[in-house]
Amino acid sequence: MSEHKLTQLKALEAESIHIIREVVAEFRNPVMLYSVGKDSSVLLHLARKAFYPAPLPFSLLHVDTGFKFKEMYEFRDAFCKEIGANLIVRRNEDAIAKGMNPKDFGVARCCGALKTQGLLDALEEGEYDAAFGGARRDEERSRAKERVFSMRDEFGQWDPKNQRPELWSLYNGRIHDGESVRVFPISNWTEMDIWLYIREEKIPIVPLYFAKERLMVERKHLLIPYYEEMKDQLLEGEEPKMVMSRFRTLGCSPCTGAIRSDAVNMDEIVIEAAASRRSERETRIIDHGSNSMEDKKKEGYF
Amino acid sequence: MTEANFKLVEEVELLRLVTVGSVDDGKSTLIGRLLVDTKGAFEDQLLAVRKQKGLDSIATAADIDLAMLTDGLSAEREQGITIDVAYRYFATPKRKFIMADCPGHEQYTRNMVTGASTASAAIILIDARSGVMPQTKRHTHILGLLGIPHLIVAVNKMDLVDFDQAVFEQIRAEMNEYCAKQGVKDLICIPISALDGDMVAVRGNNLDWYEGKTLLETLESLPTLGDVDRLPFRLPVQLVNRPQTTELPDYRGFMGTIASGTIRVGDEIIAVPSGNTSTVKEIVTFDGNLQEAFAPQSVTLTLNDNIDISRGDMITRVGEKTGDSKDLTANVCWIGDEPLSARKKYIIKHTTNSVKAMVSSVDFKTDIHTLDHLDADELAMNEIGRITFKLQKPLHYDSYADNRATGSFILIDTFTNNTVGAGMIV
Repeated sequence: MSEHKLTQLKALEAESIHIIREVVAEFRNPVMLYSVGKDSSVLLHLARKAFYPAPLPFSLLHVDTGFKFKEMYEFRDAFCKEIGANLIVRRNEDAIAKGMNPKDFGVARCCGALKTQGLLDALEEGEYDAAFGGARRDEERSRAKERVFSMRDEFGQWDPKNQRPELWSLYNGRIHDGESVRVFPISNWTEMDIWLYIREEKIPIVPLYFAKERLMVERKHLLIPYYEEMKDQLLEGEEPKMVMSRFRTLGCSPCTGAIRSDAVNMDEIVIEAAASRRSERETRIIDHGSNSMEDKKKEGYF
Repeated sequence: MTEANFKLVEEVELLRLVTVGSVDDGKSTLIGRLLVDTKGAFEDQLLAVRKQKGLDSIATAADIDLAMLTDGLSAEREQGITIDVAYRYFATPKRKFIMADCPGHEQYTRNMVTGASTASAAIILIDARSGVMPQTKRHTHILGLLGIPHLIVAVNKMDLVDFDQAVFEQIRAEMNEYCAKQGVKDLICIPISALDGDMVAVRGNNLDWYEGKTLLETLESLPTLGDVDRLPFRLPVQLVNRPQTTELPDYRGFMGTIASGTIRVGDEIIAVPSGNTSTVKEIVTFDGNLQEAFAPQSVTLTLNDNIDISRGDMITRVGEKTGDSKDLTANVCWIGDEPLSARKKYIIKHTTNSVKAMVSSVDFKTDIHTLDHLDADELAMNEIGRITFKLQKPLHYDSYADNRATGSFILIDTFTNNTVGAGMIV
């Protein structure tokens, strides 16, 4: 028997690094979408590995909705400074000035304006021809069928019926002027892989992922973190209370629920993830509805 | 809970596989069965539950996350068809699996070639009641052409033929004979009932006459990488790393994924096409320098001499040269809307290299039913044939039979930029 064995995490890592390097080799102006979440943290870590000892050959782009958790902004700024990454933050200022929010305008419109339109505007402004994203195929059923190189037309839209076959590890990065690709180097990672890798590689993540007593509001079946500014947004009968909880996934604060959990360190998070039989995206209001993820991707969402 | 438990989970290997067969063969049921019966396996491993494989209790259909099993795209649900390859993930305490799930009927060549290109093993589903169908043979032929090292024939719905050994033996004999003609090296036939779970993850009580391993045990025991580390060393260069920082003003590292073989510090290397030689100074990774690296690791090499190497070049070991030629003959699976025909020009992407190529001849096309070689002027969508190309500059390659990574290429339409063909160099 051969003694040359790669663990599955190292095999996934090698594949992801290969993809990231191919994009830098074949595209004029790539950018890495950075959402500050756990998947983004893994993606960024892989990119640093890919180009070591050189610095990252592209910028990080955070499409900010203004609704992210305070802890996410603090983490983002401190971590990017620490690793010397060039961080670009873009927001859909028009929509924010008009007071866009999920409560008054609905989740779909708010996401469409602040995330999808914000992303499309930022990509156009930066003239990026490739944008890395941290999406995984095990997250959601339409993503299970998306390519690693996801072609987008001049409007950033995805056409699921017209995808290029991907053979071996030969990625076709040829595009026409105005077209672009979204590239998903961690397509083949599962949520379990992400947590195992964060643990093994000691990758820093936003503290919200670890359980502690937090002030929460219970809304329908979701646990929503309570901040002082939300005072006027409370619905009838809602009262903030301390709950031992953490986040499995991080999005915008009004639309991301927490879970009850006692997992205070990476070991316990891994065990909890292994025990969980529910999809991590259950705590994301954005995904509820029949085709919501596929529809949003067709419109340009990452 | 100890560090050792985590090590067990972290040290599992990865097996990529492809599943072919039509809905009627019970493919969705089998996939559901595999996903359900392996769910929670990680948990058992982490908590060191010493149950027999952690799979003593067979889950019910109600546990299956049906949303992930049904067709993923709205167009598929509207039309009741499966359009595209879907990727599924499951794990046992011994292995993590990435499974490309290929729809059986529509555009089967295109989907199967895509799903099978990265696979080390294939599961071919046969309905025990129908036996070996023409479609089974077509699928097997394509899998053989793609050089899948291990083919597993899962004879499903054994419950509907009263678990009759004679039915299974008949199918096994037929597949053995067919695969021998195809040059398939490793064929394993397993009787299963995906619906009841017999011989999938557990042996069940109905197939006692079968002495081989269960499907899952088989998947857990196949070699994951084949012998890719024993082949000649091949490093197609993706990028040259030149940080040009104050700390590293003159650093030049050659970045790439090792396509095959191994490399050690001090080894003599030769770069193609230049033919320049040097020795390996360092094998650089973010986690520290290595003394030895092997396929399929992604690494950066520095050399002791300042020789000219750029993207598209290949680093090999002295004495392990590749073939090189401006004429290239290959088996081609055509997946483009417009047919391939003589004199047409395409772009060939081979390893990290892209070259212009003209079709000099369509040598033959294969009748997918009889496997006869037919005279042809073109290849239409989903057809397979032997094509000879004239290249704008030489490629450095191995035959596909010797080396999947350096023997494969894709064809790109110069006008639409679409991927229109899959090539396997002969």
